[in-house]
Amino acid sequence: MSTASKPTFLTALSEHYIRWKRERSQRLQERLYYASQRELVWHAFKKHRLALVALIILTVLYTVSIGADFFAPFSPLNRFQNFNDAPPTRIHLITREGKLSWPFVYQTVRVRNTETFKYEYRENTTHRHIIRLLVKTEPYKLLKVIPIQHKFFGLSDRHVPLLLFGSDRLGRDVFSRILFAGRISLFIGFGGVMVTFILGSILGGISGYYGGLVDEIIQRIIEVLISVPNIPIWIALSAALPRDWGTIKIYFAITLILAVRGWTGLARVVRGRIISLREEEFALAAKAAGAGDWRIIFTHLLPAFISYLIVHITLAIPGMILGETALSFLGLGIKPPAVSWGTLLQDAQDITVLANYPWLLIPSLFVVLTILMFNFVGDGLRDAADPYASR
Amino acid sequence: MTALIIRRIILIIPLLFIISIISFIIILLPPGSYVETYVENLERTGFLMDESQIKAIYKQYGLDRPAVVQYILWMSNFLLKGEMGRSFIYQKPVTEVIMERLPMSMAVTLISLAVTWLLAVPIGIYSALRQYSIGDYVATIIGFVGLALPNFLLALALTYLVFAKTGHAVTGLFSIEYKDAPWTVDKLFDLLGNIWLPILVIASAGTASLIRILRATLLDEKNKQYVTTARAKGLPEHKLILKYPVRVAINPLISTIGWTLPLIVSGEIIVSQTLGLETLGPVLLSAAMGEDMFLVGSIVMILSSLTVIGTLISDILLAWIDPRIRFDKVSI
Repeated sequence: MSTASKPTFLTALSEHYIRWKRERSQRLQERLYYASQRELVWHAFKKHRLALVALIILTVLYTVSIGADFFAPFSPLNRFQNFNDAPPTRIHLITREGKLSWPFVYQTVRVRNTETFKYEYRENTTHRHIIRLLVKTEPYKLLKVIPIQHKFFGLSDRHVPLLLFGSDRLGRDVFSRILFAGRISLFIGFGGVMVTFILGSILGGISGYYGGLVDEIIQRIIEVLISVPNIPIWIALSAALPRDWGTIKIYFAITLILAVRGWTGLARVVRGRIISLREEEFALAAKAAGAGDWRIIFTHLLPAFISYLIVHITLAIPGMILGETALSFLGLGIKPPAVSWGTLLQDAQDITVLANYPWLLIPSLFVVLTILMFNFVGDGLRDAADPYASR
Repeated sequence: MTALIIRRIILIIPLLFIISIISFIIILLPPGSYVETYVENLERTGFLMDESQIKAIYKQYGLDRPAVVQYILWMSNFLLKGEMGRSFIYQKPVTEVIMERLPMSMAVTLISLAVTWLLAVPIGIYSALRQYSIGDYVATIIGFVGLALPNFLLALALTYLVFAKTGHAVTGLFSIEYKDAPWTVDKLFDLLGNIWLPILVIASAGTASLIRILRATLLDEKNKQYVTTARAKGLPEHKLILKYPVRVAINPLISTIGWTLPLIVSGEIIVSQTLGLETLGPVLLSAAMGEDMFLVGSIVMILSSLTVIGTLISDILLAWIDPRIRFDKVSI
């Protein structure tokens, strides 16, 4: 190979690359001219790497929770006899002969320590149990509709415990319980946010559009709700819920309780925007054309700043998730046998429990992860919310 | 100044009124009435009541009358005689139960508020002046995690860490041997050895957002011309920063007291429950569990009113410190 040909080849390549880059960015520029607002927002959002990663992680969390029947190896109430408070099962990659293998576990056995008289868990290394994907189980219905007879992963012998995150006091698999609990914990935010959105935009809209006495009253109410501490009100309201209500009723009641204060912030945003927009020409034009007040507020004014509302809401969801976790942790929220991340953490209230079975704190990692990811997505959305703003 | 104080106080009266209504609604909310639960509880302990006794209780609390009259009775009893009904869990007047715990609650809350500021202001100044330094990144990350980490989890994690490292279990404000002992220097030291952890945890809730606000404003301020002028005149850097931009940047923080205080009161309840502090939090919870609604409603009212009044006092204090607020140039 001659030494002269190398640079020329590289130069040609880089020139080609530069031209391709320029054309690509030009094409993108052109597309931006006639892109819809949604495309613009998505374009701006994608630039925010952290937000994009966070969105992906959230999607995974939600998928895994919705499909918990499939993704969790066991049912949340499935108890392993004699496996109370068992530590996480060790997953091995290397066999005793020193060979690399598929991930596998050994059967765990419980023995009583003759000195301390405490139970200890040891591995019985005579037989390997390989963890397989799409392992066959008894037939069940995914999401209560699709008949299916496989789990995402597991051991072919269903009686050998595979406890990724250990087990709780009753010998139930913590990992499976976390996935099922996500169904309540991850979705309570949405319910609460829906109520927040409806209350906030209606009351904020009325307050901003009409002004005067109505505005004054709504503002006073908001002021009280903002200046009053959250937790006492939440505790008091959930204490007032009838004891005989079922999980679903309690769930909706908790959602409402969390939204009691949540709407105030949104109402303020809506009010401020409406006040600045109601004198704009397009609002006056709508009025001149004979549109009613309601119509002007909800079909002309609100859509003009809906993206801000979405940002606000995204940032409100973590607060609701934390609220549910705190209430359930205190024993005032979701009640067993229903599981949420808060009820799972109830088991970890005691310092002695914590010192002996630290894996019971694992659900908290999921709470923190979810909250962080929502904050990142919210930050990304905030930057992308107004794609027409020059930056 | 006097006019400002009077205006603020007048503004707060409707707030307190609405708070008292909300608290009373809470008392009325549960399906069974207070007396029904009360009688049920007595029967459970083997004490049977006859019709006339039950009626007497109804009369005593005015429960046979419409809700509005009940509310007026409850409020006038509170305002005139300082009575707020009877707690059947504690078998004592509600006021007594609350007064036992309230001083400690207030102490913990106020110290936490002070610590929030003591932590947030220096860290905020540091990360604004050394933007993009390692310290700034560390502060940002800690701030983010602090936002995402629920209070009670931080409390659990820290107790676990302290226990694992030193073998000292921080539960409650006093160690067992000092719990009922009279106040001595030793007891005070014991309190100081236990109280720092809950205070730190409670303070962490507000610190993160305060740091972010202070950092953002200070970043805007520090490049303004008046800073450059002062620097050109030869003012030492630390004096310059503290005297001018920081003073301006503290202002937005002042306006956040209105929501930092509720946050701290909320945090105090959960942390007290988790760490077993002898404050109002655990009382509120056990009352809520036992549907002791007079106690629940009263605690909600006291905590909320105190929060609102605390916000008012801090507003006035800060107006006194900052001439711009005093002369109504900046609205809080």
